[in-house]
Amino acid sequence: MFEIFGIPSQALFGQLLLGLINGSFYALLSLGLAVIFGMLNIINFTHGAQYMMGAFAAYLLLQYAGINYWAALVIAPIVIGATGIVIERLFLVHLRKLDPLYGLLATFGLALVIEGLFRNVYGSSGLPYQVPDALRGGRNLGFMFLPNYRAWVIVLSLTVCLATWFAIERTRLGSYLRAATENPVLVRAFGINVPRMVTLTYGFGVGLAALAGVMAAPIYNVSPQMGSDLIIVVFAVVVIGGMGSILGAILTGFALGIIEGLTKVFYPEASNTVIFVIMAIVLMVRPAGLFGRSA
Amino acid sequence: MEERVLFQPALTRHRETDLSLGVAFLVMVALLVAAPFVVYPVFLMNALCFSLFACAFNLLIGYVGLASFGHALFFGWASYVTAYAAKTWGFPPELAIIAGAAIAALLGAVAGGLAIRRQGIYFAMITLALAQMMYFFALQAKFTGGEDGIQGVPRGRLFGVFDLANEMTMYLFVLVVVLAGFLLIYRVINSPFGEVLKAIRENEPRTVSLGYHTERYKLVAFVLSATLAGLAGSLKALVFQLASLTDVHWAMSGDVLLMTLLGGLGTIFGPVVGAFVVIAMQNYLAPFGQWVLVIQGAIFVVCVLAFRRGMVGELARLLRVRL
Repeated sequence: MFEIFGIPSQALFGQLLLGLINGSFYALLSLGLAVIFGMLNIINFTHGAQYMMGAFAAYLLLQYAGINYWAALVIAPIVIGATGIVIERLFLVHLRKLDPLYGLLATFGLALVIEGLFRNVYGSSGLPYQVPDALRGGRNLGFMFLPNYRAWVIVLSLTVCLATWFAIERTRLGSYLRAATENPVLVRAFGINVPRMVTLTYGFGVGLAALAGVMAAPIYNVSPQMGSDLIIVVFAVVVIGGMGSILGAILTGFALGIIEGLTKVFYPEASNTVIFVIMAIVLMVRPAGLFGRSA
Repeated sequence: MEERVLFQPALTRHRETDLSLGVAFLVMVALLVAAPFVVYPVFLMNALCFSLFACAFNLLIGYVGLASFGHALFFGWASYVTAYAAKTWGFPPELAIIAGAAIAALLGAVAGGLAIRRQGIYFAMITLALAQMMYFFALQAKFTGGEDGIQGVPRGRLFGVFDLANEMTMYLFVLVVVLAGFLLIYRVINSPFGEVLKAIRENEPRTVSLGYHTERYKLVAFVLSATLAGLAGSLKALVFQLASLTDVHWAMSGDVLLMTLLGGLGTIFGPVVGAFVVIAMQNYLAPFGQWVLVIQGAIFVVCVLAFRRGMVGELARLLRVRL
């Protein structure tokens, strides 16, 4: 046991770990927002609700079908991603030619509908979800205790983020995607089905949110409003990072999670607001965001 | 930035539209004066406060094309300051309201100064994030009373003469203030300043190239909108004798957006109609609990997909007048 800046190392590393966990969720969610924004030019306000749906999918699969965490990790993103595809086909497809503001309004309305429906059925209190057996317990690293599940969340989130980055920046499909972001008409002229790509991109972004939800279920309680407060923080993360770069979104997510964790140690009163304060500072110094192209 | 196709093009002013506006205004005033004899005054005052809030919000989204997702910040904080000034400092109502509106103006200058650095959806996200930050401040600060809010705010005597504890006196006071705010906004929209705002909405780069400092215009419009939203919040604190976290929560920003959208973005009477419809809906649907959220969300989606002109916007199109 030793101290750093007068703070016991256990507390410091404990909060850093919590920060990294939060950062994992910020990174996954802002990545999904960035991918969707790139293709659809829509800020997906429903993202928080879809994250919540992912957590509920895991809960319901376990409760009513006995399907465990590992299967839920695959099934929930696919199912929720599919509902995303339905939403895109039913609603968002009609907004293509309009000001992006309308996309924000429509997805905000959808988020209210989804949250309201879940609250009607499950109330506002949280439902517990057990950590899977294989990840119970933890290990002592000497300077801190590391619960296995938390380590898993960080590793999985990093892996998924980097895989997404690789798929978009380094593969053929990704190059189509980036090309269609720049100039959809030209890409269509080359015989690529851009509308289908847009739909699938939305489904994929929603799937990422649902995956984050499944990962969050054992850490936070599963509750209908778990997404709505989180999404506002993620918006701030997106403003700070700028949506121009995939890697930027991932980096900003993790970095802000860590900063938030450190704030909890040194000045806990500000831990709720520190990300918004950083956003204000970034806007004053570098309005386009840290990794953003100029507006 | 893409061409905006969302707003109905502004019609040129001529005598007929002035006439239709005048008639509509007189009808509105007559209805509002007669209403408290038929409808519960507190409900009316609530709807009137939200009408002013929505009109202030519409000044920004409808006439400058800036979509703020954080207007609860000004509404809620002004309501806290008014409640605190009236209760703890013993301010008379007129000074308490001015204090609230002044705080809203100050917050508007800071938030607006930051938010106008980015456009479009970023603007929306920034205003939402700043409002959320101030929500947490309100949650943690001592003077706001946290979860309890500030309760039992005295209405006091207006100018030391009129006793606002009387519902009818309070109603008339709210009505006068709201109508004054409404007329001020109308005046601003139709002033040379307002024309520049509309030019920014239609095509900001072109407005810049014509030599206007669009940032300054946007900031002034933002501060004005924030101040009037604050005025509405201050009034509401006196009407309900309460300031609470509900008023600073993001859901409130969503409510005012819904009112404006449903009534008609960029119409003069739209926000008033929208506010009355949404408040009535919340009132009568309250027993259904969380279904209100679902219904409001559904109205949002329907408005965006099929009804972008809003109620007043559609009516104006049918009658071929400006409303």
